[in-house]
Amino acid sequence: MLSIKNLHASIGGKEILKGINLEVKAGEVHAIMGPNGSGKSTLSAVLAGREEYEVTEGEVIFNGKNLLEMPPEDRAREGIFLAFQYPVEIPGVSNVNFLKTALNEIRAYKGLEPMEAKDFLARLKEKQKLVELDGKLANRSVNEGFSGGEKKRNEIFQMAMLEPKLAILDETDSGLDIDALRIVANGVNKLKSPDNASIVITHYQRLLDYIIPDVVHILYNGRIVKTGPKELALELEEKGYDFIKEEVGA
Amino acid sequence: METAIKKNTITDKLLAEFEASKPALFGDLSLREEAMRSFLKQGIPNRKSEEYKYVNIDAMLKGEFSFFTYRPLMVKQISNTRFLKGAINIVLVNGRCEEKLSDMTSFPKGLEIGYIADASFNEVFQKHFSKYADINTDAFIALNTALANGGAFIHVAKGAVIESPIHLINISSAEESTFVNSRNLIVVEENAQVKLIESFESVDCTAKTFTNSITEMVVEAGAIVDYTKIENENEQGYLINTTQVYQKEKSVVTANTITLSGSFVRNNLNVALDGEHIETHLNGLYLTNENQVVDNHTLVDHRKPNCNSNELYKGIIEDKSSATFNGKIFVRIDAQKTNAFQSNKNILLSDEGTINTKPQLEIYADDVKCSHGTSTGKLDADKIFYLRARGLSEISAKKLLMHAFASEVVDAIKIESLREYIEEKISKRFE
Repeated sequence: MLSIKNLHASIGGKEILKGINLEVKAGEVHAIMGPNGSGKSTLSAVLAGREEYEVTEGEVIFNGKNLLEMPPEDRAREGIFLAFQYPVEIPGVSNVNFLKTALNEIRAYKGLEPMEAKDFLARLKEKQKLVELDGKLANRSVNEGFSGGEKKRNEIFQMAMLEPKLAILDETDSGLDIDALRIVANGVNKLKSPDNASIVITHYQRLLDYIIPDVVHILYNGRIVKTGPKELALELEEKGYDFIKEEVGA
Repeated sequence: METAIKKNTITDKLLAEFEASKPALFGDLSLREEAMRSFLKQGIPNRKSEEYKYVNIDAMLKGEFSFFTYRPLMVKQISNTRFLKGAINIVLVNGRCEEKLSDMTSFPKGLEIGYIADASFNEVFQKHFSKYADINTDAFIALNTALANGGAFIHVAKGAVIESPIHLINISSAEESTFVNSRNLIVVEENAQVKLIESFESVDCTAKTFTNSITEMVVEAGAIVDYTKIENENEQGYLINTTQVYQKEKSVVTANTITLSGSFVRNNLNVALDGEHIETHLNGLYLTNENQVVDNHTLVDHRKPNCNSNELYKGIIEDKSSATFNGKIFVRIDAQKTNAFQSNKNILLSDEGTINTKPQLEIYADDVKCSHGTSTGKLDADKIFYLRARGLSEISAKKLLMHAFASEVVDAIKIESLREYIEEKISKRFE
């Protein structure tokens, strides 16, 4: 589904990603862990198409298409979803209206008619329940006045509504209490299917108690330095990031 | 008339028009003459006058003008959307009241609506006409007071609560350049309540129309007025729109000014708070593009203690258009315990567009709460990215954000059908 080869990216002339290689297949959950400044958020930003980052080398193929040539909206329409670490507040734009516009633009890209109002409402209701999102929040302006946990839940709600092929969760666990964490993880797990995949980016192991990864990668200084089964996350938690630093000789 | 005048073809023409139309003018002729003298003394404002420094009025008034253009429009020419559902729609074409196109048959109890020329013998008219818009403060007030030959008179009796909104549809329609001086007088008596809408549209209009419109509004003690202006003329439309509001104690006025199109729009909105415990809300939205020029000048004059005023003006400036917001707040020495707030926010979408914003607070009382703020920026790149990351195109992301920016003002419009109408216009404008 996703194939990243030798990806180099920089911002303001400073190289952050220094040759990332990653293969994600349908049905898989990959965790990317790493200390602060290792390039985790840069990787998600580059995949989603943030223009401030310059890709200097390498390629990203998503379901046979060159992702890096697409504007952010086409990446979303092809099925990439980024759950933001810091979701922005957009006063005056209602969640519902925004999602309806997004869904219909994605459908139009695929040559489909706009969704029927009653189908849209049904989906809205169903997915709201899935992430235990209060109906009132869904009707409010996007993230306006939401608590940290509500914002993250709203990201997962949007993900549920848009049904992406590949979800990238950028530190979705940061700033969440244990209840919110459980709800978010539960949402992600329920959306899992043999046809889609997720990349869970996190600093801490605790999210991975709830979302069980198939593969764990450790990102350090712009490179994936270690890849292993889910137990790798536990080892990391136990020994701390210093063991990686020692291992890679940094 | 023996007044020394500068050699100026425009003022010459206006004076000639005044002399010719004198016999047909309604109301007190001596007032008309005094106003004309005041106009000649002031002259057409140019860029040297502080209040008009961002516009070139002289250039707008070049060429020949007709001062009264009769256009017998048909109902079908005025599309249904311009008539607001559930409202009392009154149509004025180039200032002239078109009874056949208007809902003039019966009015709710306590409401009186008429052509202003027919009202000049009315006691209420005589008590209030030209008592608020001061001819010596603005050349266009003077000119209108001299030449006005059209407009509406609205009187709401004491305690009357008028449920249906009153909608004055001001239509500009001409095949040759036309100069319209239209004048409304609105008197809302004690404890009465009314919702008023004034829209400005061009219909079957292929020539330049220069409209100098004045609305004097008297809001007596305890009365509540909700007033919305929608300016939506075509690229041949030039509009100077002066609204002079006079409020007495415990009255509440909400004035919304929505400017969507027109080559030039100048709004002078002056509110005198002449009583205690008055509330005044001023909301404005201007969406400018191409070579449009939109000037909003507001004056909130706190004369008495314990009053609240709240002002919010927002603008989106595109292309080579230019917008001005000039907001004055006076708090006179007696007006203790005044709360006066003002905010002006702009989004500049192009490098060639201009926004001039000038808050001006003059506070003579010492126990008051006043604040003003202004901001001008571009659309937030983080928000655009967020929306695009969900599949919205860059254009629809921007549209959505512009809508959101405007919605703070549009949401202040309480009449649902009107709000929907404006939302629809805004959507079209962003297409």
